[in-house]
Amino acid sequence: MSLISTEKILSGNKRAIARLITYVENNHPHAQSFLDSLYPHTGQAHLVGITGSPVTGKSSLVNKLAKAYRDQDKSVAIIAVDPTSPFSGGAILGDRIRMRELAGDPGIFIRSMASRGSLGGLSKAVDDAIKVLDAAGFEVILIETVGAGQSEVEIVKTAHTVIVVEVPGLGDDVQAIKAGILEIADIFVVNKADRPGAEKTVSTLRTMLELGHASTHHVLHHGQLMTVEETPSHPDEENKKMWEIPVLKTMALKEEGIDPVVTTIDRHLDYLKNSGELMDRNRTRLIDELETALQLELMDRLLGQLPPNHLSETITKLVDRNLSPYAAVQAILKSREVGSRE
Amino acid sequence: MTQFEQKIRVLIAKPGLDGHDRGAKVVARALRDAGMEVIYTGIRQTPEMIIESSLQEDVDVVGLSILSGAHMALLPIITQQLRENDMEDVLVLAGGIIPDEDVAALQEAGVKGIFTPGASTQEIIDFIQTSMAQKEAL
Repeated sequence: MSLISTEKILSGNKRAIARLITYVENNHPHAQSFLDSLYPHTGQAHLVGITGSPVTGKSSLVNKLAKAYRDQDKSVAIIAVDPTSPFSGGAILGDRIRMRELAGDPGIFIRSMASRGSLGGLSKAVDDAIKVLDAAGFEVILIETVGAGQSEVEIVKTAHTVIVVEVPGLGDDVQAIKAGILEIADIFVVNKADRPGAEKTVSTLRTMLELGHASTHHVLHHGQLMTVEETPSHPDEENKKMWEIPVLKTMALKEEGIDPVVTTIDRHLDYLKNSGELMDRNRTRLIDELETALQLELMDRLLGQLPPNHLSETITKLVDRNLSPYAAVQAILKSREVGSRE
Repeated sequence: MTQFEQKIRVLIAKPGLDGHDRGAKVVARALRDAGMEVIYTGIRQTPEMIIESSLQEDVDVVGLSILSGAHMALLPIITQQLRENDMEDVLVLAGGIIPDEDVAALQEAGVKGIFTPGASTQEIIDFIQTSMAQKEAL
């Protein structure tokens, strides 16, 4: 009767995997205990994030990358995230259209997820879905973000290797030196490289990389817990070989340039392992997850303890400008005594 | 937990060989606007592809758009394969050119809702929401 069991997930039962992902998406009360028992089995997969503006060809690239990994006999899971409508809460998840070549392959699992209003293009549900697929034994997990703009950099906290996909003819040199999405790449792919301007895009990206900030690339997130408990630093930080961010050209639809991307992704994983950065990234990711989980749980508890109409009354005061949001927070905390600030 | 939220997930697919997907897209969009998550897989889907997608996406509803006249050949295969894969609780709907005389047989085969030209998107939305509410009440 029961569709999900830890054993089923670990043995790769697709129906069980699919249902558990639904549970984590819905915040189903049973999801957590499964995730707890799967957790020791996670941490094996190579998590590869693919991000970039809409229409850069992310889905097509993911499709071809998955195919290339299958040629190497590696099992591949794909999580494709598309945006949730802020108005209706609904979503159209259309990434499978570009992945029909992968149909019928038992070594592939594709799941479309809606962003459900989370900032940064990824959600907690995606993190949990990754854990399910990781525990189920998929060797590579490709995570395709929503068509990202300039600030959707959250993928860097989730993936081991981040690929930023660009296409020729999107903006000038100044776009390339702005902060944000361009800073998070471990690998740049200029897709649709048969279009005019491809060389210009490649050289602009290379120039940007030479300008410097990328050569000292590090995960940007430093949460509060991070400062309390520092990541152990490497004794010979100087000798640590830096990852030089490559700029690769592809024509995903024509299946050209794909193998070099796969080779580079593998090389990046080797680099992460050898330099110790893999551990650093995992650590940073887990710190972030812990903080997020703590925030959600505390919020839940706190809001659950408030008298029924306390929140709506507070909101009315905010709207009337009788109370500032910060003062409201302090008032709520004081009333519940969950540790107001001195 | 306070944040438990269930979203209706719908797979929209076109089985068979006709390439006219305007209707499927109109329905997909309407369902999105009704707050559902719609996995749109596009044209020329085989029954196997539809089953595989439905399983991996763990959908509540499969909506099949078919205008080619092959509905009697394809739709019963899809419902049967859903049953074989332990997905008999998935609501199967069909839309397109389906003559009245075929409706009873398709319903018998497990296609619960059949929407032919003239049906409004609101009818489809209502049908799905009512069916899901009944399922939840079980």
